[in-house]
Amino acid sequence: MTGPQPVEPMEVVAEVQSAPLIKMGGSLWPDRLFSWAMLACGVSVLALVGLIIFELSTKSGLSWHAFGWRFFFRSEWDPVNDQYGAFPFVYGTIVSSLLALILAVPLAVGVAVFITEMSPTWLRGPLAFTTELLAAIPSVIYGLWAIFVLVPLLREYLQPWLAKYFGWTGLFEGPPYGIGMLAAGIILAIMIVPIISSITREVMTAVPQQQREAVLALGATRWEMIRTAVLRNARAGIMGGIILGLGRALGETMAVTMVIGNRAEIAKSLFAPGYTMASVLANEFSEASGDLYLSALVEVGLALFLVTIIVNILAQFLVWTVTRGTPARGNA
Amino acid sequence: MGVGIQVDKLSAWFGKTQALYDINMTVQANHATAVIGPSGCGKSTFVRCLNRMHETIPDARATGRVRIGEVDVYNGTSATHIRRRIGMVFQKPNPFPTMSIYGNVAAGLKLNGFHDRKRLDEIVERSLLASALWEEVKDVMHKKSGASLSGGQQQRLCIARALAVQPEVLLMDEPCSALDPISTGKIEELIFQLKERFTIVIVTHNMQQASRVAEFTGFFLLGKLIEFDKTEKIFTTPSDKRTEDYITGRFG
Amino acid sequence: MPEALAATPADFVTAPISLRRRITDYLATGAAVSAVIMVLVPLAAVFGYLVYRGIGSINWAFLTQTPKPVGEAGGGMANAIAGSVLILLIGSTVGVPAGIGAGIYLAEYGRNRFGDLIRFTADVLNGVPSIIVGIVAYGLVVLVQKHFSALAGGVALAIMMIPTITRTTEEMLLLVPTVTREAAYGLGVSRWRTTLSITLRTATSGVITGIMLAFARVAGETAPLLFTAFGNQFWNWRINQPTAALPLQIFTYAISPFDEWHRQAWAGALILIVLIVISISAVRIAASRGMLKGAN
Repeated sequence: MTGPQPVEPMEVVAEVQSAPLIKMGGSLWPDRLFSWAMLACGVSVLALVGLIIFELSTKSGLSWHAFGWRFFFRSEWDPVNDQYGAFPFVYGTIVSSLLALILAVPLAVGVAVFITEMSPTWLRGPLAFTTELLAAIPSVIYGLWAIFVLVPLLREYLQPWLAKYFGWTGLFEGPPYGIGMLAAGIILAIMIVPIISSITREVMTAVPQQQREAVLALGATRWEMIRTAVLRNARAGIMGGIILGLGRALGETMAVTMVIGNRAEIAKSLFAPGYTMASVLANEFSEASGDLYLSALVEVGLALFLVTIIVNILAQFLVWTVTRGTPARGNA
Repeated sequence: MGVGIQVDKLSAWFGKTQALYDINMTVQANHATAVIGPSGCGKSTFVRCLNRMHETIPDARATGRVRIGEVDVYNGTSATHIRRRIGMVFQKPNPFPTMSIYGNVAAGLKLNGFHDRKRLDEIVERSLLASALWEEVKDVMHKKSGASLSGGQQQRLCIARALAVQPEVLLMDEPCSALDPISTGKIEELIFQLKERFTIVIVTHNMQQASRVAEFTGFFLLGKLIEFDKTEKIFTTPSDKRTEDYITGRFG
Repeated sequence: MPEALAATPADFVTAPISLRRRITDYLATGAAVSAVIMVLVPLAAVFGYLVYRGIGSINWAFLTQTPKPVGEAGGGMANAIAGSVLILLIGSTVGVPAGIGAGIYLAEYGRNRFGDLIRFTADVLNGVPSIIVGIVAYGLVVLVQKHFSALAGGVALAIMMIPTITRTTEEMLLLVPTVTREAAYGLGVSRWRTTLSITLRTATSGVITGIMLAFARVAGETAPLLFTAFGNQFWNWRINQPTAALPLQIFTYAISPFDEWHRQAWAGALILIVLIVISISAVRIAASRGMLKGAN
């Protein structure tokens, strides 16, 4: 035994022992109250969804009764005469999001492939950090940049070039304002690349190393290995990431509002101005006078909410099947 | 000042899987009792049933009767109360990472509402002395965190922490399995001294350790208590063949 | 058996990889690299322009003055910065406790189907467009009070904060090893005390990180404030009045026809992004230094 034998302290301990120090009384109530309080907080998360659904449903009732399903297929948006049809917004939302996906997916997957499979180790961290940085830029700042940098670029260079070489498709006709569906699609694409890329990276990393090694051992080139061992295995998750990106694009408001032109028109050309569901809400909600006007707008909001919820649920499910339910990080 | 433990027909389950089958045992006051057996035999589960730690696992339950001194552990008193009277030392040392050494030892008292600073200082000193850690940490115990000590020291810190609330019984679940031989030796000496004042139940997979520190030993196999007797008898002339097979190394 | 092996042509094994396959491999690498470049370019462009267009306009006046009337040069966004802080604070009074509480519930009590439901709902809520949250806050507060207010803006931000903080808190609490909790239970500490004084205390730095990330995310949101806080050209500290906010101000100025306001929009955007980058970097530095681990 190192040190002196601690005999006295044991005797003192024995003395003190006879008088209990800690009160033995007390009830179960503090524990019960605490667990109820925590439960209440947990339930509040559920209540929030309920609240959102409640608010949107009740406030859109007026419009629903006035126009029914056809609300989403009519094109007339006339606050003066209280006639509302949301089809232009639906169209604009779909087209801008689709365009964004077409542009973003190859880029995002390419970045993810590079970071996960090709990049030298020292470069991985900084690259990952930079893509996360892209995700952190607020929408309004993207919009600001888009107005003053992207739009002039489109107007002066890209749009004339597209009209010259691809005008025959009918997609690139009309005066090159810069502002319009194309600008919205491009800025949306930039904004959703980080989220698609980060999910793709996550699911690619989840593919076990043995799979890669098995294919390499058969004599495959690196790209062949990536294609067969990684991308194929992570397919579901990558799909989930893409759908998550779609969900984000559908609900994106500020940047799109600032460059899409805000005209409730349907046109084939990507040069034309358009309107999305989120943009019409941003632009017209605070000035909506009249109950039917407001109700129509809320109905647009309800539709947007339902669509994004469904898309997000689908995406979460797909991602979850590959990563097995590790807590999904908030997309910051 | 320890008390005896009386266990009657104790059974325990994890969900639908039964882990303990009708255990009957009498643990003598002021002695050390070892609980041995191969992996998965239920020895940890048994000890964790004594202070109702078993029920912290979801879907776990236990039936039967456990009496510690005069107190019925399962009837008439809450788990939290019973655990204040029983100290527990775990397999892997687990000092509270955000607290200093002093804070760790005092934690059991402070968290239960005892705040008298002067008495606390006294009790912390006695506990650290009793666990043979005082000389090594007395100058830094307010500044260094519990986690900054070596493995052996951390375990002695955990013993001090358990002693500080002045339990009557000390449960030790393989306290030395994560430690090097020198630290193990120190802790075994500690147990030797502590058992004069406490009742100790120690789970161990190391039979030599059992024979070194404990007067009584219980051999568990597949959730049943096969044999319980004086340590000397278990290791020299066991009554059950299975006990003999285990201690001679035929399995486990 | 040996005959089957002999069927494999001898030169299959020894022939070099075909040119086509090698070219494909290079092309794939090239495509991936170009993707990286094409993604980095807008990032550099955005940051570059922010600094280029904004840095000249950030001066003491900008940071301390309120906007001047249209047409006059000068003035600043001080009230917008202050307003953002005010609205964030209002949102946090409900958002942070509720989020932490829900996180505690999920980590300590919610390892079951009901907890899974809450977890799933929180993840779904994180994907709700922020403009919808604005509409909900509008209905809850603005319609009732009959005017815009910082309170309404705070409610909107709280709705956005709760799911994020819930999940990060849960994650951090789960990092605390079970044996730490058991040590406390073993000492006879009650469950609520253990959860607060031991588990939460051990996870504190991680939980705070989660809160900071939530702040960084909602601080830049414009849409939920458009028809709740609404904006204000003057100082406002009362929670029941319309209030300026930094992203709102940037938006209003950016879409205006005035060059002077455009200039200030860039400056405001630069300040906003700097604040966000600082919080995120601080979080990452803390993470890499291991300050986020539940136990060492």
